[in-house]
Amino acid sequence: MSGAREAVARISEDVVTGEGAPAASAPARQASAGWKVLPIVEGLVLLIALVLPWVLQDYLTVFATRVVILALFALSFDLVWGYAGIMSFGQALFFGAAGYGVALMARDLNVTSILLILPAGALIGLTAALLLGGFLLLGRYPSSVIFVSLGTLTGSYAADRLARGWYYLGGQNGIPSIPPLTLGSYEFEEGPVYYYMVLAILVVVYLLCRFLVRSQFGLALAGLRENEQRIAFFGYKAQHLKAIIFAVGGTIAGLAGSLYAFHEGFVWPNMLGVVFSTQVVLYVLFGGSGTLIGAVIGTVIIEGVSFWLSDNYRDVWPIILGVLLLLVIMFRPLGLISFVLGERERVGRFGKAPKEAGNAAP
Amino acid sequence: MPLLEAQGISKVFGKLTALDGADLTVGENEFHGLIGPNGSGKSTLMKCVAGAEVPTTGKVSFVNTDITAFTPTERARAGMSLKFQITSVLPTLTLYDNILLALQAQSSLFDLVLSRTRNRLHDQVMTMLTQFRLADRAHDAAAALSHGQQQWLEIAMALAGKPRLLLLDEPTGGMSLEERRVTGELLQPIKQHCSLVIVEHDLGFIRDICDRLTVLDQGKVLASGTVAEIQANKSVQEIYLRRA
Repeated sequence: MSGAREAVARISEDVVTGEGAPAASAPARQASAGWKVLPIVEGLVLLIALVLPWVLQDYLTVFATRVVILALFALSFDLVWGYAGIMSFGQALFFGAAGYGVALMARDLNVTSILLILPAGALIGLTAALLLGGFLLLGRYPSSVIFVSLGTLTGSYAADRLARGWYYLGGQNGIPSIPPLTLGSYEFEEGPVYYYMVLAILVVVYLLCRFLVRSQFGLALAGLRENEQRIAFFGYKAQHLKAIIFAVGGTIAGLAGSLYAFHEGFVWPNMLGVVFSTQVVLYVLFGGSGTLIGAVIGTVIIEGVSFWLSDNYRDVWPIILGVLLLLVIMFRPLGLISFVLGERERVGRFGKAPKEAGNAAP
Repeated sequence: MPLLEAQGISKVFGKLTALDGADLTVGENEFHGLIGPNGSGKSTLMKCVAGAEVPTTGKVSFVNTDITAFTPTERARAGMSLKFQITSVLPTLTLYDNILLALQAQSSLFDLVLSRTRNRLHDQVMTMLTQFRLADRAHDAAAALSHGQQQWLEIAMALAGKPRLLLLDEPTGGMSLEERRVTGELLQPIKQHCSLVIVEHDLGFIRDICDRLTVLDQGKVLASGTVAEIQANKSVQEIYLRRA
């Protein structure tokens, strides 16, 4: 047992230093180079993620898989809050709703094909986000931040209570023993294959998000985040923009939720509730909201550190983690990524530069 | 037919009557100054026209359409634009992106996601920046500009969508004398395609660029007419110009 614990400690350190190290040493060097920090950090993270199953013991690969799925979940919140400035305290509603939805598909309809489950999960997330977002965000006049944050929080809380009380959904215990995800006759068991499958999905979704936030639509989102009223006076349909990005966020959360349900093999009410909703806020704030890679790094570090702390400081680890989070949020409001990333690059540019860059495609 | 016609606009905040049946008429290609002592209701009238406030009673028509119940977005799409009193450029974005943000407001979602209008809008962005003497700083963050330059950037943003009516709330607030003079110069060329309603404390500035003036006092219109008529108006002199 102590050997296992050592391994956990060593691996967790790898995870932490692997992505924390550039954060500590590189800022001065990178600052002068301008424009190039993000791709380097992204490349490093991807590299580490790719080799991880080769150096990790199997049970840690299972843990790493969970972290990658949560990173996907974090991306959904980052789009909604970090890029569009919508304070969603109920992002787990979409995550959990999709998780429950696909669990029911497996339990009651015997559907486990990845080709059906993932689109279904995304669709459930999308639908839930359209319904809740339509109610909270659409209207002739913009809704206040308080209204939106309390509305999403309430939605998430209510869904949690509903699941706890509903016998069909398994009540407090949730839905256990979800069979493995399948592709034809192949079954995705926990381990390296599942890991690489979710990593591939994360990379694809990440690239799509990156495309989106660096487009002219991303510029509109930046305007929305900084001054919603101002851009309405330009003629933007600000509420529509918000509902759209909220729906995109819900879709990604749904995708993550369905992967999570099949990976864990069960779903339970917490997946819908305030705990998961708050956790994802912390991932993003910790890593750096408004940068996609910040959301991923925040998830990895918080989950890695909690894993390590809970093993080594069984009694006090939540307090240590809490203090750590507070320190980062107080002294680095833009998250850990701000150690290496300058303001200019974080905001970045939008669309293809036609003449200044000279080499853009039409 | 006037471009903008606001009739009998009243605005009551609790017990305070900020506007009491004010009228404002602005013709095509007219620069119209809105003046009056502090608290006379200038800014409130401006906000009711722009859609930032909903008037308690009264009617606003713009290009023969009743826009009283239009949201700011709908007004912008009808051809009305507003520069806020408090500078509200987007400080972290570059000047270029600030203007692009204003210009692309009416691009379709599809075009925005695929970044299809940026090439087409590039020349317009640079024209606006050049016109407002900001082209050499196109890729600086707006936060790095002086207060006066931020005001210009904001006017440029407000003009980017080629509005038919521009509402300027205290454009020269906090500017140096030289900056005020330049602002006047920068505004002159837009007369060819745009009307202007301007709230301003600097009467010299107003006299120099405006064709007509409306004087408000305690929420009511005291007088309205050409600059010469207003200057000759006895009650205006008593209530306002004397003090200035």
